[in-house]
Amino acid sequence: MEIFQQILFGIALVTAVYFFSKRMSLIRKLILLGKEEDLHDQSFQRWKNVFLLALGQKKMFKNPTVAFLHLLVYVGFIIINIEMIEIMIDGLFGTHRFLLGLIPSLYSFLINSFELLAALVIVACVIFLVRRNLIHVKRLWSNDLRGWPSKDANIILVVEIVLMMLFLKMNAADTLLQSRGVGDYSNHATGNFYISSLLHPLMNRFSIETLVLTERICWWLHIFGVLGFLNYLSWSKHLHIILAFPNAYFSRLEPQGKLKNMPAVQKEVLYAFQPEMATAGTNDQNPSSFGAKDIQDLSWKNLLDAFSCTECGRCTAACPANQTGKMLSPRKIMMDTRDRAEEIGSKINQGIDWKAENRTLLYDYISEEEIRACTTCNACVEACPVSINPLDIIVELRRYLIMEKSSSPQEWTSMFGNIENNFAPWKFSPDQRINWTKEST
Amino acid sequence: MKVPIWSEELNKGNQPDILFWVGCAGSFDARAQSITKAFVAILNKVGISYAILGAEEMCTGDPARRAGNEFQFQMMAYQNIQLLNGYQIKKIVTACPHCFNTLKNEYPELGGHYEVIHHSTMLQQLIDEGKIVLNENGAFKGKKITFHDSCYLGRSNQIYDAPRSVIEALDASLVEMKRCKSNGLCCGAGGAQMFKEEEKGTSRINIERTSDVLASGASVVASACPFCNTMLTDGIKLNEKQEEIKVLDIAELIAQSI
Repeated sequence: MEIFQQILFGIALVTAVYFFSKRMSLIRKLILLGKEEDLHDQSFQRWKNVFLLALGQKKMFKNPTVAFLHLLVYVGFIIINIEMIEIMIDGLFGTHRFLLGLIPSLYSFLINSFELLAALVIVACVIFLVRRNLIHVKRLWSNDLRGWPSKDANIILVVEIVLMMLFLKMNAADTLLQSRGVGDYSNHATGNFYISSLLHPLMNRFSIETLVLTERICWWLHIFGVLGFLNYLSWSKHLHIILAFPNAYFSRLEPQGKLKNMPAVQKEVLYAFQPEMATAGTNDQNPSSFGAKDIQDLSWKNLLDAFSCTECGRCTAACPANQTGKMLSPRKIMMDTRDRAEEIGSKINQGIDWKAENRTLLYDYISEEEIRACTTCNACVEACPVSINPLDIIVELRRYLIMEKSSSPQEWTSMFGNIENNFAPWKFSPDQRINWTKEST
Repeated sequence: MKVPIWSEELNKGNQPDILFWVGCAGSFDARAQSITKAFVAILNKVGISYAILGAEEMCTGDPARRAGNEFQFQMMAYQNIQLLNGYQIKKIVTACPHCFNTLKNEYPELGGHYEVIHHSTMLQQLIDEGKIVLNENGAFKGKKITFHDSCYLGRSNQIYDAPRSVIEALDASLVEMKRCKSNGLCCGAGGAQMFKEEEKGTSRINIERTSDVLASGASVVASACPFCNTMLTDGIKLNEKQEEIKVLDIAELIAQSI
């Protein structure tokens, strides 16, 4: 019987890790569909960002209450995972409460801390569910999230609550069995834990068999739940708990106002002004198109951004265009980019040549009207707790529209004409530039 | 008014210390021209060695680049950098955060390396150094002034304190809007929006921002960007508050107090 449980555990573990790795390698492949961009310089500054932004959640604290609740779930998640080490060992080697033998003096303190955190995680997740579904906090209740995204968010919160409850119920059954002097349980006596013992009155009338069954079921559901959740998160917005870290590391270190240069265009302009440079230059391969109409035209960092997004909507809440009712929503830009990448991922899995299909990020997911409303104010970039840059994608799509499609609003066409002919966006001649000096103050 | 022009100064055998980059708004827009004049009045009064490019100055290419027209941006950048490098210009001051951002952050990788400062930083320095002496009983003493952060000065370049310390030097009472500094709300002009109609929506961005100004209770809203100035002025007018609330650039605040 014991060995059967060990084998079952081993199979579950290997299966979960296998599917998770397979999924992550597809995500990696999708991210690498993006263009090369070297973001490996200044490693000190980059590690600092990992510690401050990802680990330290610095930007979350712009809203301290929510940040505190999020921190509870986050710390709870990380610390309770130490308990997973014990569960792994117990599961694989058929032991019971392995760490008790290893650190007997600390064990009770350790589990009591886990239980306290588990309780706090439950409280925080319940508050989050209320904010989403009852209070309808605007950024958590907008059109961007209609359908699957809002379901996804609720699934994550409910699963976290259930996992924590299983952990507490397991301990409650275990300590009750200890007090009744049942074999393996009383051999590993831990004494009652503060939080789980509160459940004892509910379970006191259970027979020993029921209690053993309860303990085992909770243990197994907990571990299956965790392994299942590991796989679920790779399909979900919850992936941010992993990708926030690399995303913070690879975040751009330049001033937010600086747009990415286009060396190919720079060179072409140089050759136009100084044709003699063209012959001296090597035969550089020009890019096939300028700007981006689909995900492979974006940089790999833009795609990492998309997979790191947890759809919290801080960007959209800060966006001036969105606040004044325009179609633009920076969160939707990120969700669309990921959805398009996922679509390509499933085509790759089915062996379909996705490049031959006439579908693109621009037009099929994101409309011209959306990206035209952007004021490049960087509020979305500033607001993102995990260093996502929606503006970068918006600018690349704008570049495609202007440079490949020559599609621009009439007023912009006039502006381009003015800049070209008069060197100013308005229709004034260069001579008029100093007219103001001729007036009195 | 007396404004030295770089090429003329060179002909006279002078090499000015600083280039004042006026920008297209500061050169052509009637409202922004008074900001330019106010800043020039300060430069003249302090006795700084400066000059403008005059008719040789061109658009930095900022609106073209942000609209998506990289070719045009690169054309403008190339011509401006040729001119600036030809004149061996080392230091540039500008009253436009968009020009500031482009000159400071985007020209270096195209071969244009200059020390670029925004006029708010320069005004702060001149006040700190005692070169600008403000009137004891200035026009803004005790007045409630709020400061509207320009995106390209604030979030883009982390300049939040310089314009505020200029306002505080006026003995004014600086009040903050509910959205300020890194959370500041855009005026609606950036990203070449200045040059086109807004997309369809339920309101305009400058109206949304003006509601913050009204809520602050300030009688002066100070800006440090000619485009923000235009947008806020329009927003205040739409609310018919132009008698109660003035929109002024920090250079104008200083020029009226010396």
